[in-house]
Amino acid sequence: MSTVAITATTQAPAVPADRAWPAAQFWGVVLVAPYVLVFLVFVLYPVCYGFWIARRPETFVALFDDPIFARSVANTLVFLGVGINLKMAIALMLSNFFVQARRWIQWLAVLFILPWALPSIPTILSIRFMLNPEWGIINSLIFRFTGDDGPNWLNDPTLALALAILVHIWKSLPFWTLILISGRLAIAKDLYESAAVDGATSWQMFRFVTWPSMRTLYLTCTILSMIWTLGDFNSVYLLTGGGPADLTHVLATLGIRYLRLDEVDLSMAAIVVALPLVLPLVYFMMRRLSK
Amino acid sequence: MNPRAIATEAKLLLIGIPVLLWTIVPVYHMVLFAISPKDSAFAGNLWPDHPTLNNFLVVFQQKHHYLTYFWRQMGNSLVIAVATGVITLLIATCAAFAISRLKVGGGRLVMNLALLTYFIPAAFLAVPMYRTMGLYGLLNSQWALILAMVTLASPYAIWVLKQASDKLPEELDEAAYIDGASALQLFRLVYLPLMMPSLVAVGTYALLLAWNEYLYAFLLLSKDTEVTLAVGLGNFLAADDSPWELLMATGLIYALPPAAIYYAFKRYMVGGLTEGAVKS
Repeated sequence: MSTVAITATTQAPAVPADRAWPAAQFWGVVLVAPYVLVFLVFVLYPVCYGFWIARRPETFVALFDDPIFARSVANTLVFLGVGINLKMAIALMLSNFFVQARRWIQWLAVLFILPWALPSIPTILSIRFMLNPEWGIINSLIFRFTGDDGPNWLNDPTLALALAILVHIWKSLPFWTLILISGRLAIAKDLYESAAVDGATSWQMFRFVTWPSMRTLYLTCTILSMIWTLGDFNSVYLLTGGGPADLTHVLATLGIRYLRLDEVDLSMAAIVVALPLVLPLVYFMMRRLSK
Repeated sequence: MNPRAIATEAKLLLIGIPVLLWTIVPVYHMVLFAISPKDSAFAGNLWPDHPTLNNFLVVFQQKHHYLTYFWRQMGNSLVIAVATGVITLLIATCAAFAISRLKVGGGRLVMNLALLTYFIPAAFLAVPMYRTMGLYGLLNSQWALILAMVTLASPYAIWVLKQASDKLPEELDEAAYIDGASALQLFRLVYLPLMMPSLVAVGTYALLLAWNEYLYAFLLLSKDTEVTLAVGLGNFLAADDSPWELLMATGLIYALPPAAIYYAFKRYMVGGLTEGAVKS
């Protein structure tokens, strides 16, 4: 039956879906309604309510007077500017490494996914313990080999922020490498073969074959990673808790800090202030993804 | 092997060995702690002198005040993760079908709103979400966390399912129509079976998202008997003299199910998710 039907329709002009089923629109509305409800109740209303909480100008004055806020903005910019670019550059390099046809590299690729497949809490806490100045394994080893005490890793704000960035990279590097690998595998093999015949060096192959095909994907990944990293609460909170002396907060943890101090208006104001940073990134992603 | 090939292999190893160490050390450290007896856990050895499974026994028997509700919290994590997976799957499958196949009016707008939600950094939405859950009287109820996780998981779920659904040929719908099928029969008999791989990917995605979630769980739930295992683990941080070996043993138990699921469904996850995550 269905084969007959298909040949019949290929001759006739396509039937628009709404004319095909008089009831289609009805069922469409019914089926899309649950999500619309979720969106209205748990996204739209909370967001509007949030803006209403942060409506008073005095709140923003108080926020800008808080030295922790300025520090958090600076930390967030470092986190995004240094952290993300470093991560994506390493991911790009590794995507070229993991496509090499070697048995051991395929096995390594399986292990390499582990940080992304495991939940953040136990692994980040494990790293936190490694860094403990008195008992942690890193300083124990430093002491054993040099006889000196190692640095007090998480008690130095610069070092602590750098380590939080490294934790973030550790956790999310596999995901982005995986995506760049799929982009890398989509490049036709004969491009590399003919480049090799022409005697191209591996840098030239990267510069003139790999990069032109992956530039757009790389940029999209960078922007998307920035958006997600702005919402990355775990890397900083579970490693440093924002300390020492609230000097390693980023905007994601600062909002929650104000919330826990029962200063909801400051919390929302900090998020509203971050919007000029978020919206251009979101606009870029919407342009890329919605048709 | 000629010298040039050896040089290439050496270069690959020079990348491979640091990558291996970087990946494995924090995980190995967690395992090491979990199988070390309490007194030797801090010795800084690369392998404990007397490896033991005793820490796991302590955890399973709930014999520490941090672990009084271990099984309860494990159960909470499971219920919340499964509920999030099922509800997200229901909502997203229906929405994607309505938008992609039935071409419901305003479908494009709904898709864009969902995408926009996907791009709100999770920690930013947490604050207003926490307040509105309070207004709705859901705070400290597990429904608050389930609904919050459904809210976070569905946009991406709908998007992945819509992309997959758009790839099914139009002729299927036309054939079904000429055969006299109703819209719901098309949904049940044509759309659902063909979408199965994407449905598995999306369901797993939502389930893992909820199991792994920490921030929303610790904001929305507070009673020790109601929180998830993630929050229970975070509570170990409350004191400096926490039993690290027990924390790492609990953490390992908590981390194994998602890792096992991830590796079991990797085929679906990589196909369904990385394709959807960033369209090139």
